[in-house]
Amino acid sequence: GLFIWHLKSTGIRHVPCQFVHLCHVANDRLITFQYFTFLKRMYVTQYNKDLSQRAKPKSDSVASPFREFQQLDQEKKVIKIRPISPVHQPLSETTRGNELRETKSAAETEEAVTPVRAESKEDRQWKEMKLRLDDLPGILARLSKIKLTALVVSTASAGFAMAPVPFDLTCFLLASLGTGLASCAANSINQFFEVPFDSNMNRTKNRPLVRGQISPLLAVCFAASCGVPGIALLTLGVNPLTGALGAFNIFLYTCCYTPMKRMSIANTWVGAVVGAIPPVMGWTAATGSLDAGALLLGGILYSWQFPHFNALSWNLREDYSRGGYCMMSVTHPGLCRRVALRHCLALIGLSTLAPVLDITTWTFPVVSLPLNLYISYLGFRFYRDADRSSSRKLFFCSLWHLPMLLLVMFTCKKSFLEKEDKGDLLGGNHGRAMEIRLP
Amino acid sequence: LRPVIFYVPPEESPLERRLREARQEAQACNQRFWARQNCAFHQEKEEFIYSRLKAKGLEMRDETGQKATLNAEEMADFYKDFLSKNFRKHMQYNRDWYKRNFAITFLMGQVALARALRWLRWKKKNV
Repeated sequence: GLFIWHLKSTGIRHVPCQFVHLCHVANDRLITFQYFTFLKRMYVTQYNKDLSQRAKPKSDSVASPFREFQQLDQEKKVIKIRPISPVHQPLSETTRGNELRETKSAAETEEAVTPVRAESKEDRQWKEMKLRLDDLPGILARLSKIKLTALVVSTASAGFAMAPVPFDLTCFLLASLGTGLASCAANSINQFFEVPFDSNMNRTKNRPLVRGQISPLLAVCFAASCGVPGIALLTLGVNPLTGALGAFNIFLYTCCYTPMKRMSIANTWVGAVVGAIPPVMGWTAATGSLDAGALLLGGILYSWQFPHFNALSWNLREDYSRGGYCMMSVTHPGLCRRVALRHCLALIGLSTLAPVLDITTWTFPVVSLPLNLYISYLGFRFYRDADRSSSRKLFFCSLWHLPMLLLVMFTCKKSFLEKEDKGDLLGGNHGRAMEIRLP
Repeated sequence: LRPVIFYVPPEESPLERRLREARQEAQACNQRFWARQNCAFHQEKEEFIYSRLKAKGLEMRDETGQKATLNAEEMADFYKDFLSKNFRKHMQYNRDWYKRNFAITFLMGQVALARALRWLRWKKKNV
């Protein structure tokens, strides 16, 4: 349904309509008047924002000096628009306009707001595309994929929590904040690179850059203003190793994974590493070094990425193929399913490894076994059936499986005191709390 | 892709004009490419379904008048095929798009800077 519509509308738009007159809007006088007052308000806020070139909302009080200036101009020019964020006019009906004004939710939901539209040409109006300051947080949230960032931060916190050191709140907060900022930056750059591809796929066609809600320059500035402080925070406020890992992860995601998506199926493995690094970062933030524990946590997340992503990509094969993305699910479907199953089983193995490395007690593999067996079962069903329902089941299971696994891991964490005693028994020295390593 | 009409301010500097033209060109290019790709995809998909159905001895529409479709497994062959056929085209397009994207963003930066300087000068004059 959606796809067909999309295709039809693409066909219609093929007619060179780039220089269509703005007469559509001017037809209705009442609308025009409102339109202009709307513009006036827009102009002022836009003017403000542009000057500061910062993505922070400014209070309205600063707007007043510019109002006089703007009013004079309005007589001369019909529509005064600041070209820095030029007139973007999406082909949409008025519902879209309302959306723009009322965009509040930072949620990146599959915007089912674009259901099957009664697509008549009269419905489509050229809409003034202005950047509203109160829309900005929502837009930036979607640009930085805030929900995904939140998940990434939570895996990093899990890594921090699992580290065998006394809990340091400041360090924890700094590490989480730094990781969150780095993730925002990486996601923004990813969206910046992928504008035409995103616009072609159903899942991603409502992203801010695709819709023209913000300019690419703003996206890059936002990414820089998140990434630089984020990495600096990690390097200076936590430790250089974490900062380095953060920077490396940003690089891996934006410069390796994103281009590779269109070049080779190996991108999935690179993407899995990208997903595995945050918990490692959390661990190194706590302990300052890369232990076996860090690598194990990273390994668990690495393995988890495969059932998660392969199941997701299974249902998007058509869009991927049309968009030119090289994904296992399209080119090597058998491999796709095998790998997903393989890594579900690997999760069982890795969970058993945890107590061996003294990160958790032996309760952990026992308690996590049902979880891992369940996801392996779904992985097996996916492998065998290879259809839409089994892939969806596997995907949704992966979404709750990971938090549960991490939670169970945390509850089974080997108590720090226990380890201290063990250290005593083995004659190890105490030194500073931070320096105690696993025996 | 969403078509955009770029407003032309009366005192457009050459830099701004370059930016606007670059964006218009990129937009046109993107539009052309994807429209063609999508049409080709749709068409080839239809052909594929038709040929496969014929091989199975079925018609495009069955007794109830519903459009006959192939299941996901069979479509997978088509998707794989389409992707590999268009690989080189996509590589070319990628390179092109990345170059354009960077150029446009850089121009935007220059324009923003120029405008900021202009505003500063205006501010100084009026203060």
